[in-house]
Amino acid sequence: MPNQITVTVNGTPVLVPSGATVAVAMVLVGQVCRTSVSGEPRGPLCGMGICFECRVAIGGVSHCRSCQVLCEQGMQVTTEN
Amino acid sequence: MSSEAQRHFDVLVIGGGPAGMAAAARAAECGVRVGIVDDNFRLGGQIWRGESDAARSDHERSNVSQNTEASRWADRLRASGATALCGLRVVHQPDPGVLLAENLDGFCELTYDKLVLATGARERFLPFPGWTLLNVMGAGGLQAMVKCGLPIQGKRVVVAGTGPLLLAVASYLRQHGAEIPVICEQASWKSLAKFGLTLFSWPQKIIQGFQLKRDLAEVPFAANSWPLAAHGQKTLESVTISRAGKNQNIPCDYLACGFHLVPNVELPLLLGCAVDKGCVQVDDLQTTTVPSVLCAGEPTSIGGVELALIEGQIAGLAAARRGFEAKVLFGKRQKARRFAGLLDHTFSLRSELQSLSLPDTIVCRCEDVSYSRLRQHRSWREAKLHARCGMGPCQGRVCGPATQFLFNWNPDSVRPPVFPARVETLAAVTGQSQLQHSEVTGGRS
Repeated sequence: MPNQITVTVNGTPVLVPSGATVAVAMVLVGQVCRTSVSGEPRGPLCGMGICFECRVAIGGVSHCRSCQVLCEQGMQVTTEN
Repeated sequence: MSSEAQRHFDVLVIGGGPAGMAAAARAAECGVRVGIVDDNFRLGGQIWRGESDAARSDHERSNVSQNTEASRWADRLRASGATALCGLRVVHQPDPGVLLAENLDGFCELTYDKLVLATGARERFLPFPGWTLLNVMGAGGLQAMVKCGLPIQGKRVVVAGTGPLLLAVASYLRQHGAEIPVICEQASWKSLAKFGLTLFSWPQKIIQGFQLKRDLAEVPFAANSWPLAAHGQKTLESVTISRAGKNQNIPCDYLACGFHLVPNVELPLLLGCAVDKGCVQVDDLQTTTVPSVLCAGEPTSIGGVELALIEGQIAGLAAARRGFEAKVLFGKRQKARRFAGLLDHTFSLRSELQSLSLPDTIVCRCEDVSYSRLRQHRSWREAKLHARCGMGPCQGRVCGPATQFLFNWNPDSVRPPVFPARVETLAAVTGQSQLQHSEVTGGRS
């Protein structure tokens, strides 16, 4: 198993440790997961799929809780705002 | 695994933490057909996250501390023949005895004779200025992120809030190379001392306590202390704490902040189970007020792993119609429940925490509803209708417990879907869906 895999966040390739969740990838690259209704940047809070603050689009599926999805080689992640 | 969109189990367990694993293992050992569903990508729940699966990555394997109890139950569950369905989330009950669940790829219907709800607990979050900044996370939340690969080596992490979880998290982060400038516990020394003394009645917990003490040597622990504000432009830069009556600013990379735990009772409520003071009501055999539905672990009272395992075993045996075998566990359960009561008492929230919010502090993060907008309303329902508080995707899971503490509001009944679901999934309820059902992936048999 390779130790690092590449995912794409908003078109930019990002190297993450294998076994990392997409939320970890977002924090690693300092990427905001979503912009709140009043325009604040938001990222992971609960880490367990409750708060929905880390939601992103993964492979074209919107509103995925990034803390509950493992990174896969070549995965396309996009933020939705 | 087959791609059938409907699956039946004699005993279906929702939640793959200690309570759910114990329930599923004990039930399956009785020879009935058991399924265990969890919305995370592997079993273990929050407490055993990353410690209970042989398939974990090298990264995790090298970082996991020995948790023999977790691996013992994981092995036992695997040997029991129960079917694990991970990455699958229950969103709705279209008919009694039928649950609708979805994953990234599609949805399925799950049917059962007996259902065991082991939905666990979540952290209680309290709003304070700056708590929506990036890198302010729950205490358990940050730990979960680190367990999922977030590098914490050399990072400064302030750990704050209340409850035994703070010590466990601080210890874990320190083992992984984080610097902990302080642990802020809002409870008083007096109640902590009482808690410590009473712990002598629980030998196993004392051992855990000593281990924690060794791990946390040189980490300042401040009782009577809590966060006042987090600062930073977009990302956290420092936190101001009230430390035994004095304000102190501490530069840090992360703030790990949680105020003990609240039971996840949304699914039990949806199924019609009676809930009192936030906890699911159960009888001696863990049966709820709905005869075909049992409940075990944190949803019945916040009592930790020991109580969860005992209740899970009782529920599993009872669901497999072997309740008579569960009676030997009643004594142990009673003792563990006393510990739960002690936790509640020791880590009850002090009233000063009710005035942490400024008028513009956001309380409902999904809809960005500020403290001043909420203060105008008299009830949770009114705040929902007029200010959209709790109407976002978390459905009040974060702001509900916060407003309960801040304004003494009682979040009322839940409505389906119990989690936001895709249109295709909900269309299945109406029976109009002609969509292809995707395979339910992520399971292990």
